Amino acid sequence: MFSRAYRTVITVPPLLWVAVFLLVPYLLMFCYSFWSVSDTGAIVHSWNLANYHDLMTKPVYWQTLLRSMWIAARVTFFSLLLGYPLAYFLSFHAGKKKDLYYQLVIIPLWVSYLVRAYAWKTILGSDGVLNTLLQYVHLTKHPLDFLLYSPFAVVLTLTHIYTPFTFLPIYASLEHVPRNLVEASHDLGAPPAQTFRRVIFPLSIPGVLAGATFAFVLSLGDFLAPLLLGGPSGIMISNIVVSLFGAAYNWPLGAAISLCMLALVLSLLVFSERLEKKWSFQ
Amino acid sequence: MPGTPPATTTLLSIRSVAKHFGKNIVLRDISLEIAEGEFLTILGESGSGKTTLLRILAGFEQSTSGEVWMSNERLDTQPPYRRRVNTVFQHYALFPHMTVEQNVGYGLQIANRPAVEIATRVAEALDKVKMSAYAKSKPSKISGGQQQRIALARALVNRPRLLLLDEPLSALDANLRRQMQVELKALQREVGITFIFVTHDQEEAMVMSDRIALLRSGELEQVASPREIYNRPATSYTAQFIGHTNLLHADVLNGSAMCDRLAWPSSLPDGAALFSLRPECIRLAKVVPPALATAKAAPSVRFRAKLRDQAFHGATELLHVETESGLVLTIRTASRDVPAGPLEFEFAPSDAVPVRPTSLGSTSTSASSPASAESSAEVRA
Repeated sequence: MFSRAYRTVITVPPLLWVAVFLLVPYLLMFCYSFWSVSDTGAIVHSWNLANYHDLMTKPVYWQTLLRSMWIAARVTFFSLLLGYPLAYFLSFHAGKKKDLYYQLVIIPLWVSYLVRAYAWKTILGSDGVLNTLLQYVHLTKHPLDFLLYSPFAVVLTLTHIYTPFTFLPIYASLEHVPRNLVEASHDLGAPPAQTFRRVIFPLSIPGVLAGATFAFVLSLGDFLAPLLLGGPSGIMISNIVVSLFGAAYNWPLGAAISLCMLALVLSLLVFSERLEKKWSFQ
Repeated sequence: MPGTPPATTTLLSIRSVAKHFGKNIVLRDISLEIAEGEFLTILGESGSGKTTLLRILAGFEQSTSGEVWMSNERLDTQPPYRRRVNTVFQHYALFPHMTVEQNVGYGLQIANRPAVEIATRVAEALDKVKMSAYAKSKPSKISGGQQQRIALARALVNRPRLLLLDEPLSALDANLRRQMQVELKALQREVGITFIFVTHDQEEAMVMSDRIALLRSGELEQVASPREIYNRPATSYTAQFIGHTNLLHADVLNGSAMCDRLAWPSSLPDGAALFSLRPECIRLAKVVPPALATAKAAPSVRFRAKLRDQAFHGATELLHVETESGLVLTIRTASRDVPAGPLEFEFAPSDAVPVRPTSLGSTSTSASSPASAESSAEVRA
């Protein structure tokens, strides 16, 4: 058994950390979300549900929230589409180069998010790399304007940024598929495609769920990509929160939106964890 | 050098199979014929290549050279999912996301059998291994022994022509293991499918097999029935790996073998020779009246020795005795009190079996150090 002093020393700092940097801010946000702002810009500490009412009734808020979810859903879809085959290839067919490829997938994570977002701006802009190339080979006469400052640009950039996050849990789950199960399936007459469908894929579902959750949650709350590449049509809910806490100086409404997102994300996490448990057999 | 060719038709023919992993030669020039309905055990220490050989038969590994044929059909060029060969894996390899029933029905489902047929055959197979009660359970909810039965049912339900078993009993505790050995053998007789069983346990091999193929460092050391391989080991390695033995370094001169002060007739040509003498072939000599002794056709070899130590093994007892000139021998007797003082022992000359010298790993094989011979003869986990 560990001594009482030792247990205190190792448990108190993390608890303090969580209290000071998570619980207190959340509690403050919770309180703010029921307050309001006077015409002079002062916080009125009277409890009411006006902010939540605004959120439900004013289209700009719930429509932006829906658009954000739609963007996040597309990012999730494309990240899985790219991340799964990559993880599968690495886990089952990369042989001795496995570690090298793994590092290559990880390296982009070391590069600042901003740099990667700006890189896409350079590529997608009206006199950017892609448009210049398209005109040079006479595929288009004028620069394509949907490339930048559009939901397309946001989805593309977020997919690029979050694919490694989807890849990692999928790769981990594939690595944990016992290879003798694959052999057993072949042994029982199942060719590779059937073995994948009936054995490998079902056993990798926890990784897929974890990866999908990562991609969805991270892109749902993203505000830099829409800020840099989204334009007016690519605005996401976090951009509204940022402006409410900043220029608009309406902390109560910002807090209400944040709490709604928090509730959304938490219920999603609980849901995906339940599903993961259902599909986990280790 | 295959053993006595089986009288029945050949099912599987392994022809000069070799396997290299880079510079590491795991199997060299393995040739072996396996008869229809035979229970053949591939026996060997870890690293002898036995699992690799099995994996080549299953199709999980490609041999570097050589061919495998299954009744006029080349097997080694086909992928595992086209071979009418099924495997029982060492750690069962049951699909964790499927029920017991789904596991057993997997092969039939892949083969697109009608649902009714799948249901009946799965039920039959589960019944055969006495696991019907667990049809709806997940593999993680049943014990190791039960998983073992399911793995067996999952393979047998497909009616393979050949069943490969990769140390299937090694994860079970000793009692369950003995029980499964008997059940497995009975099941094999009942279904009549050819079994190739891989193990490192020589007792298991002797209990279950029609023939044992002993593998040493990637080469077949001897292929023979359990009785033959035990009573007539071809090499010193075989003699030591299967059971205990005393290796006697003898000199043969004019039809007589001499080891220390022991001498017995031998038909070997003159020169150095190695003999294997099983501990149970040496007995405490009875005091025989001279009149009866002369009537015996082949006189036994007698020697005097004193007891060094004795180990009780239940039904039998292992004695280490030392002759007057310092030769140490291991003797197995029925359990009883051994009289103190110098003793007289005897063995029949025909029980000293000439063997070809092959080394057992790096251990020196000398009759004067039976401790080393014994410890290596006892290599089993």
